[in-house]
Amino acid sequence: MYAQMIKSTGEGVKSLDDMEPEERAFQERINAGGKIEPKDWMPEGYRKNLIRQIGQHAHSEIVGQLPEGNWITRAPTLERKAILLAKVQDEAGHGLYLYCAAETLGVTRDQMTRDLLSGKMKYSSIFNYPTLTWADMGAVGWLVDGAAIMNQVPLQRTSYGPYARAMVRICKEESFHQRQGFDIMMKMAKGTEAQRKMAQDALNRFWYPSLMMFGPSDAESVHSAQSMAWKIKMNSNDELRQKFVDQTAPQAEYLGLTVPDENLKFNEETGHYEFSEPDWDEFFDVLKGNGPCNTERLEARNRAWDEGRWVREGLLAHAEKKRKTAIAAE
Amino acid sequence: MSDALFEYLCRMGDNTLVLGHRISEWCGVAPVLEEDIALANTALDLIGQTQLWLGLAGEVEGKGRDADQLAFHRDVWDFRNLLLVEQPNGDFGRTMMRQFLFDGWHLAQLKGLMTSSNDQIAAIAEKSVKEVTYHLERATDTVIGLGDGTEESHKRMQDALDRLYPFVGEMFIADAVDQAMVSDGIAPDPSTLRPDYDAMLDAVLAEATLQKPTDDFAHKGGKSGARHTEHLGHMLTQMQWLQRAYPDATW
Repeated sequence: MYAQMIKSTGEGVKSLDDMEPEERAFQERINAGGKIEPKDWMPEGYRKNLIRQIGQHAHSEIVGQLPEGNWITRAPTLERKAILLAKVQDEAGHGLYLYCAAETLGVTRDQMTRDLLSGKMKYSSIFNYPTLTWADMGAVGWLVDGAAIMNQVPLQRTSYGPYARAMVRICKEESFHQRQGFDIMMKMAKGTEAQRKMAQDALNRFWYPSLMMFGPSDAESVHSAQSMAWKIKMNSNDELRQKFVDQTAPQAEYLGLTVPDENLKFNEETGHYEFSEPDWDEFFDVLKGNGPCNTERLEARNRAWDEGRWVREGLLAHAEKKRKTAIAAE
Repeated sequence: MSDALFEYLCRMGDNTLVLGHRISEWCGVAPVLEEDIALANTALDLIGQTQLWLGLAGEVEGKGRDADQLAFHRDVWDFRNLLLVEQPNGDFGRTMMRQFLFDGWHLAQLKGLMTSSNDQIAAIAEKSVKEVTYHLERATDTVIGLGDGTEESHKRMQDALDRLYPFVGEMFIADAVDQAMVSDGIAPDPSTLRPDYDAMLDAVLAEATLQKPTDDFAHKGGKSGARHTEHLGHMLTQMQWLQRAYPDATW
């Protein structure tokens, strides 16, 4: 889940009876499983909420390149290097489709980029954690992409057409990434003593931050209630987190690794795992900018943008010259 | 004979390995998202080609070394890449100028290899030509766009060309390994590729409003391994670190 704490209108969900005819027709279409397309009428709140959500997801893909890029130059084999490059390339591609989807809502990619660089728009908290060993490339694929998929699979059915379609393509690639991550973890967990230690250490560091990716419980949140009524959020944070733990705990066991939670246990009656909540104070610290890598991540993006200015300006100036020459030739 | 072939295959594979690695250093910090994607794509192509070239080199050598062993367990003096590709990225303009200068040679070389007397080499060349045709197209567009862009982009591209041009000559200097390849019908004589390359360079630089340096001095020592620049060693410390630190591990 790359979108966290997305604000909606904050006003609570209106009943159909309280809606004007236009909004009522819009909501009924969503209720019936229909799609909203860019030129259709939509409430302003829906549009803004989606821009925040899709924008945050896009930014997460972009910033998410950095912790992995940290290991591309140190990947241990040519095959691993190629896989990681392909993955990072997919992520930049996901960023691109998502920015395009957001642009259909009347915001430009440049504006969203400026809002990311100024810190006004956020990206997922998870990318503010460092990748310290090669096993972290496994943990990121297995846990981080695994958590992201939990949310993204249902979003293929989201009400906004361009977002749903972007998500279909993204999900295919993400599940491939998750398998690759698990494959790295397998090699590490079944490898030498040092590799096993790296794998366990990666799980220790990424377990709770991965649980945080779903955001705090939103059972009482008016923002989530509205997003769910609009079908731009399909499940509650707790539901998705539970699903993630249920899927991941047996995988950890299969790898012979220990989830860093002494309360983790399978409850035969409910058919679900019980587990400890992450430290939500840490989560809010990370959102405020005090995570281990917030400063470096934003600094890297800002530097790339600033140092790339002459390139963007140069290419634009050249395109403009060519356009003028073409007009003159007509 | 097989010694020369091994050397030759290492040259091809080390060029793609070292340049692929250099480009991968751009991950996540390119000037615009489309360039992040294109750079990752180019790096990916080059690393893929490396697996083929160095894989074949290992087979030809017959000592049981595979592509990974060649990539991660040789030291600087055993690397056979051109000096051009080990040069640091510099700004985006220098990275793309290096790419353009290399791609022009690389494509001509690969086209020559498509008719190689060695079927495996011809097959690798055929696959690579498709990828490298696109690399050259993109690098050419970027060199022209930035050369003939703003005053600043023009100056940066001219600086990049001046800085890198002394590494162009090495690509075309034939030595004993090349001669052995030519006489076995395996590879083209690099010196015969120069006139077309120069014509291509002149046409692109003219459109880019850039001046080719008049001094044709050429640094050499990369493809022979006799004297690399200081940059390669630093790159290898990063690239080979995990393999060297944990030699008994599989990844």
